[in-house]
Parts: sequence; C-alpha cells; structure tokens
Amino acid sequence: MIEADAKRSIIRMFHVHHNYGTKKALIDITLDILKNDFVFLTGPSGAGKTTLLRLLYLAEPVSEGQVLIDGMNLSRVPRQRIPLLRRKFGIIFQDYKLIANRTVFDNVSLVLEAAGKKRRLIQKRVNGVLRLVSMEDRQAAFPPSLSGGEQQRVAVARAIVGDPKIILADEPTGSLDDDSSESIMKLLHGVHIRGATVIIATHDKTLIRKTGGRVLNLRQGRLEGSSIIEKHYDNSIF
Amino acid sequence: MIILFFKRALEDFRNNRLLNFITLLTISLSILIVSTFILFFINTSDMMNFWKKGLRIMVYMKPDIAPSEMPDVGRQIKSLEGVRSVRFISKEAALRQLKSQMKRQTSLFENLDKNPLPDAFETQLNANFQRWEKLEALATQIEALDAVQEVEYGQQWLGRFNQIFHLFTLAGYTMCGIFFMAAVFIVANTIRLVIYSRRDEIEIMRLVGAAEHFIKIPFYFQGLIQGAAGAGIGLAILFTVYWYMASNIEPGSFSGLIAIRFLSVPMVGVIILLSMLVGWFGSYISLKQYLKV
Repeated sequence: MIEADAKRSIIRMFHVHHNYGTKKALIDITLDILKNDFVFLTGPSGAGKTTLLRLLYLAEPVSEGQVLIDGMNLSRVPRQRIPLLRRKFGIIFQDYKLIANRTVFDNVSLVLEAAGKKRRLIQKRVNGVLRLVSMEDRQAAFPPSLSGGEQQRVAVARAIVGDPKIILADEPTGSLDDDSSESIMKLLHGVHIRGATVIIATHDKTLIRKTGGRVLNLRQGRLEGSSIIEKHYDNSIF
Repeated sequence: MIILFFKRALEDFRNNRLLNFITLLTISLSILIVSTFILFFINTSDMMNFWKKGLRIMVYMKPDIAPSEMPDVGRQIKSLEGVRSVRFISKEAALRQLKSQMKRQTSLFENLDKNPLPDAFETQLNANFQRWEKLEALATQIEALDAVQEVEYGQQWLGRFNQIFHLFTLAGYTMCGIFFMAAVFIVANTIRLVIYSRRDEIEIMRLVGAAEHFIKIPFYFQGLIQGAAGAGIGLAILFTVYWYMASNIEPGSFSGLIAIRFLSVPMVGVIILLSMLVGWFGSYISLKQYLKV
C-alpha cells in the first residue's frame, strides 16, 4: 500500500494496530497519504474509520506500529507538544462539536486564540472564513439556534480558520440533508484546492461518487484496497 | 491574552451564578470571621500594651524597718535589672493620700489610734520588662529582700487576663486554619463543578490545539477573582459593623483610655492577597486532580 516517496507524503502508517480491550479495531494498517490528497476513508459501520482518524490527531494512542504526520513520529511526541501537532489539523465531526454557550464568531476564533494570534488578525481571519462558508450574517448567533447545515458550516469554518495542512472530517454530512451535504462537500473541496490534504471518513457511497477522489476501503479493521474516482465538482466558486 | 483569560473567567461567573455565589459567600464569611479575630487581636494587644505601660510593682515594707534603712532598701530595689525608677511613699504620705481620696468617709479614720498602712516603694519598670514572665521574676526577687513584707502588682487579674489572651490567640489561629481549609475546599469544589459542566468545551479546546495553560489559566483567574471579591465583601461587612459601633460608642467611654482602630491599609492588603491565594490554591487542587491530560 506504500505508493509514494516520503517527501511527498504527509501521513504515513506502518503496520498499525489498535485494540479496545480485547477487540481489534485496526489490524496491520499500512498506508501513505500524499500532500494535497483528497481521500475518502470508507467502509461499513465499525470498520475502524473513526478510530483511524482518532489515531491521527492523538485522541487515541497507537497500540502497535508507527504513524508519521508531516515527518513527525506520533509515538515520540512529548505530551506538551500534542497541542502543536493538533494545530496541523482541522477536524470536523458528525455532531459538529460546537460550544453551545459561545457565539459562532467565538467558536471559530477559539482556534486562533489557542494558537496565540493577535486580536486584529483573529477578527480579519474569522470574518473571512465566515464569509467563505456564508455565515457572516450569523456570527453573533449561538449554535443551538442554527440548523444542522449551518452548524456544520461553522464547524468547517473552525476547521479551516487556522489554515491547517490536514483536514480530518468524520462523517461530516452524516446528519445533513442533500443540499447541506453538497454545500459542505463544496467547502471541503475548496479547502483542498487551496492546498490542504483532506481526509473524509464516510460510508456514503453516493457522496463519494458525486465528489470524487482517492478511496481507501476499510473492513473489520483491515485496509482492503484503494481506488481513484473521478472528480465532478465545479470549483469556480473557490 | 490576559484580557481574554479574564473575560473567560467572568463568563464562567455568569454561566454558573449560583455556584459562584455560594463560593463567594463562603469566602466572605471566612474572611469576615478571620478579620474580626484579627481586629479583636490588634485592639486587645493595644489595650494590653497600654496597661503594661502603667504597670508598676508596689513594694510594702515590714513594720519594724526603721526610716533610716529605707534609702538602702530603695537602692537595693533600684539596682535590680528591669527597674526604671523607685519612689518612696512613707506610711504618713499614704494615709494622707487615702484620706484625700475618701473625703466622704472621713468618719472611718476618726477612731484610728495608729497608722495601719506600711511604708512602701512604687517601682516603675523598663519597657522591655513589661512581659508577664519577666515581671513575675522581678517581683519574686524584690519579695526575697529581708525588709520587704509583700509585693503587689495585680498578679491575679494580670495572670488571668494573660491566660485568656493566649487562649484567644490559640483559638484565633485554629479558626484561621479551619476557615482557610474550608475556603480552599469550597473553591476547589466549585472549580471542579465548573470543570465538569464545561467538560465538552474543554475537550473541544484540546482538539483544536489549545495548550494546557490556555485551558487552565481562566480557572486560576476565576479562583483569584473569587478570593479577591470574597475578601472585599467580608472586609466591607466588617468595616460597616466597625463604623456603626465606633460611631455609636459614647465619646470618652473608651477614648480616655485607648482608641479602637480598624485594620491598617497594609493589613487589608495582606488579607486580600491571602484570600486570593486561597482562591488560587483551590483552583490549583481541582485542576491538578480533575484536568489531567
């Protein structure tokens, strides 16, 4: 499954295993994801898609094997450097994970505040991404007052505001209607066009067919194959 | 960044009003009780020092000591360590003074066939000899002189007052300790509950790459603010009570002896700082225990 040289790779996994107690969640995963790749991680529920993403942003420790992110070996990352590693990622969740008692603006600005950016820069960048996801008019709203599609657009804004190298999206359209799903996928495609590596975990085959990209198939914790699907999006809006 | 942390801490106050109100109330009460003790301690010390300044030992002579021996006895007493001055009061002078003090009961003295009062020395002490233990030792030395019948320095009431004062001091320190621990415990508990209510938010902050200090500092700010505000409220209540009492005490009833004073500005500053330390310490305990990476 190693398909590229190390210089072009942004994520490399070598014989990675992960267990939850006695249950094997990932078995002998070896893969390479290139810089500016657009990758779908697919498979049925319980195949290990979410676990694989969680290993990448260190929400779970690797039980066995090696994971390299942008040349950094995750098993050698000291605890205090984990936040720095996580800033390489923009993460999008199916349940959005927005902070309910903070405004749309504050939810998005949190990433830049955590990175210690100046107030003026934060204002400029957050306004910019909110415009990009068409949420600039709702920046003072609180998440519970937004629709699912709007909340996910805010989550996308939060994921991209720090200009991360890698976007990880775990079932980003799982609880959205078709129009909202399409809008989210267009946004993710736009981020890809601007240079980020995008990894989307989904079991939605229609979505994959409509969007196109590299597809990695997981089944019962094993990587079963990889394929390329043609892209269909008109990216002129980005 | 500091402003941001401060803002976050204030947001927490708004979002957890009841919890923070209870914490503030506890800290205020603790500070009020501890400060009341300090106020009492300071004023009682002032009062004791005032009394000690007027402290003297009355040395009564044996009746068979001839007047010619008195200067020698006076010199012997004066030579003892801690004695500042010695004044001889003859028994005649003492009787005259007594009569002038008891003008309305002159009939009491009419049937006296001889002066019942002894010759005496009034002994004033050096400032550094006004401690209870030293005073007692000096009195024992004087009493051991052959010519001396008896010494009197209010030993019973002074000893008793001294004991009570020490008991109060001990009780005060114990109370301070107990309230310190109670306040730390309450703050720690509040912060723990706030951490629990914000666990999802903390998780999200971690996922977006927030460092530990970014997550923790607002909680420390919260503890410091609780400490400062609690101290402010407690001291304000104490000052109000003090002011009310001071303005209602009749002029002269105390002022002739000693003026009651409020805590000094540096003392108020120290109390506020200590209270902030309590708040910080409560936060520290909670964060150490419940916000592990």
